[in-house]
Amino acid sequence: METKNIIIVGVGGQGSLLASKILGHLLLNQGYDVKVSEVHGMSQRGGSVITYVRFGEKVYSPVVDKGQADFIVSFEILETARWLDCLKEGGQIVTNTQQIDPMPVIIGAAQYPENLVEKMRAKNIKVDAMDCLSLARQAGSQKAVNIVLLGRLSHYFDIPESAWLESLKANVPPKFLELNQKAFALGKNFAE
Amino acid sequence: MKELMLGNKAIARALYEAGVCFVSSYPGTPSTEITEEAAKFDEIYCEWAPNEKVAMESAFGASLAGRRAFCAQKHVGLNVAADPLYTMSYTGVNAGLVVVVADDAGMHSSQNEQDSRHHAIAAKVPMLEPSDSKEALEFTKLAYEISELFDTPVLIKMCTRVAHSQSVVETSERTVPEKTYEKDIAKYVMMPGNAKKRHPIVEARTKNLIEYAEKTPVNREEIFSNEIGIITSSTCYQYVKEVFGDSVSVLKLGMVNPLPPELIKNFAAKVKKLYVVEELDDVIESFVKTLGLAVEGKNILPRVDEFSQNLIARAFNQKVSEGVKLEDNIPNRPPVMCAGCPHRGLFYSLKKRNCTVLGDIGCYTLGAVPPLSTIEMTLCMGASIGATHGFNKILGEKSEGKTVAVIGDSTFVHSGITGLANVAYNQSNSTVIILDNSITGMTGHQQNPTTGFNIKGDPAGKINLEALVKSMGINRVRVVDPYNLKECDAAIKEELAAPEPSVIISRRPCALLKYVKHNPPLKVDSEKCIGCKSCMKIGCPAISIKDGKAVVDSTQCVGCSVCSQLCPKKAFISTENN
Repeated sequence: METKNIIIVGVGGQGSLLASKILGHLLLNQGYDVKVSEVHGMSQRGGSVITYVRFGEKVYSPVVDKGQADFIVSFEILETARWLDCLKEGGQIVTNTQQIDPMPVIIGAAQYPENLVEKMRAKNIKVDAMDCLSLARQAGSQKAVNIVLLGRLSHYFDIPESAWLESLKANVPPKFLELNQKAFALGKNFAE
Repeated sequence: MKELMLGNKAIARALYEAGVCFVSSYPGTPSTEITEEAAKFDEIYCEWAPNEKVAMESAFGASLAGRRAFCAQKHVGLNVAADPLYTMSYTGVNAGLVVVVADDAGMHSSQNEQDSRHHAIAAKVPMLEPSDSKEALEFTKLAYEISELFDTPVLIKMCTRVAHSQSVVETSERTVPEKTYEKDIAKYVMMPGNAKKRHPIVEARTKNLIEYAEKTPVNREEIFSNEIGIITSSTCYQYVKEVFGDSVSVLKLGMVNPLPPELIKNFAAKVKKLYVVEELDDVIESFVKTLGLAVEGKNILPRVDEFSQNLIARAFNQKVSEGVKLEDNIPNRPPVMCAGCPHRGLFYSLKKRNCTVLGDIGCYTLGAVPPLSTIEMTLCMGASIGATHGFNKILGEKSEGKTVAVIGDSTFVHSGITGLANVAYNQSNSTVIILDNSITGMTGHQQNPTTGFNIKGDPAGKINLEALVKSMGINRVRVVDPYNLKECDAAIKEELAAPEPSVIISRRPCALLKYVKHNPPLKVDSEKCIGCKSCMKIGCPAISIKDGKAVVDSTQCVGCSVCSQLCPKKAFISTENN
């Protein structure tokens, strides 16, 4: 099997490390070789962050380069646009539609571009977009955006739901399990 | 057991399995998690030291006492610890001593991009370089064997992509080798007469290590082609395999100091064209050239930034996809001080007074980015105070009334205390602001000697900063709350005006600390807001302007109220009563 590539992008502090942890756990249990690459330190302070997840028979590089991602999983729509050139031709985007203004926009030095989802679709890019923040709140916590996104991503994988839920259980504290299971289901069953 | 493990955690696992009993480090991205993960094993004594030099000396002491010891630091941390390292090379060790240095090609979280292999060469100590988590675990255990076999400290060079990538490892059980300490003045007292006798021993050891490097399985050939041969190591090996698969021959070096001349010559003889693929400096390539071999490397590959598979493919004239882009200009998203960050109020006061701010290493370096844009210099740990002293000595009255050093609590203990000693001793009229957020922030919340807790979160010794500063002869010491803009402003004004050295301690815990209780988020009364953007001057990521009025992002706001102190119309209101 050719190595598959996922990038998880967002704003530092949004919870991408947990998402990649759950994915890594899941894919390893499915018998794949897996590499997950994260960035810690300064970029976590509200900066643009990217995590790479790669799986297949034998994975070498820990990073995903331009034009190589089978999936972009994004916590924020501007970040989806920023990392768009990582997407492989025919790749799938799963994105939160939430907008978080970066500092250049906050101080008026730049403008937040509009209608990003429509512009991507106009380029024939497959974009699955949803308001994950609302779904996460519906599940019980706005912090569950990462699990809503994973739920939606699971929709595109030929891996049984039980395996996803097992990985979820192994990686979140027991007292938040029910909330996260709900968030996962809301993401998975989301219909535009 | 097979599991997915971060490179840094794999090293911690290796410390456990190799029977290491003592770990002392100072945090620094991308090395921090090694020591944090090691501290989760009850069998290993772990601590955060005040700086890397103290950490390495402590690890040396533990090795001397007869137990395997360890310290980890980032690349620039090894500069601080270079002093003990270079002479430990002469004394050798008792029980095994392994030192991790984590480089940061690409500068994800660093002030420079130095290549630590130069330290290994200059200190004449062996260096291993793993390319994934599995090797991080195996090489660390091997490093202890090499350390004890050759009587030398051993360096392991990590990089961001190995340290912070998870890949599959296999774990095993712990065994603890023990040695006893025996007095040996000729070996351990490095005064000239003894050191003169040790240096030839170091040179002989290097010869023996070269022989070892020729045979060690961590240097391995993968012969698939007699056309192209690539010598590489670390994460570059992974990129090379990603691009070429099994279509080229590879000499993968797991030991990068000393290098094996015969192995390299033999490999070169098997291929028509020889390349070296290495990040940053041309360390391996230069060595290959000294062997009289024709080789290419830095003529097609950069000396700056980290590599990737596409970068290597392009260098070898392969076509790569550039992906799709939108036509829109995508605004940058630089890192910022968090909402509620206690540094923000203080930096706003410094900006308002148009101060010259000489900065230091930590989250507060972000005081250099718009809209605060106050910090004018950042060099290395502790440099804010030394530089302010020199600056004021030259400019005198022109700078003394407006120049401040800003330095965090952990950085102050690391390397600022000696700078302040110079201010006190040589009497420059300097003002130093210690940003005491009660934690080592940037590296992800490590305890330090001012917090009162140790690495496990248990109560520990606590340095009283006010008493320390006073005891050094600084008479003017005051503490302010950075959430209180009036108080900050008054303190800065008065201490800059005072005709003697002074210290302001800006004290409030990091807003991200779990024990910190936050106020409910604020919201803007849009009837009152006149859109004057006074609140935008502090660069809070939770505030933005929508349709001419300020709005607060309730998912980020922690109710610190610094913005409301700037609002002329009292438009920020608490959500508590609603």
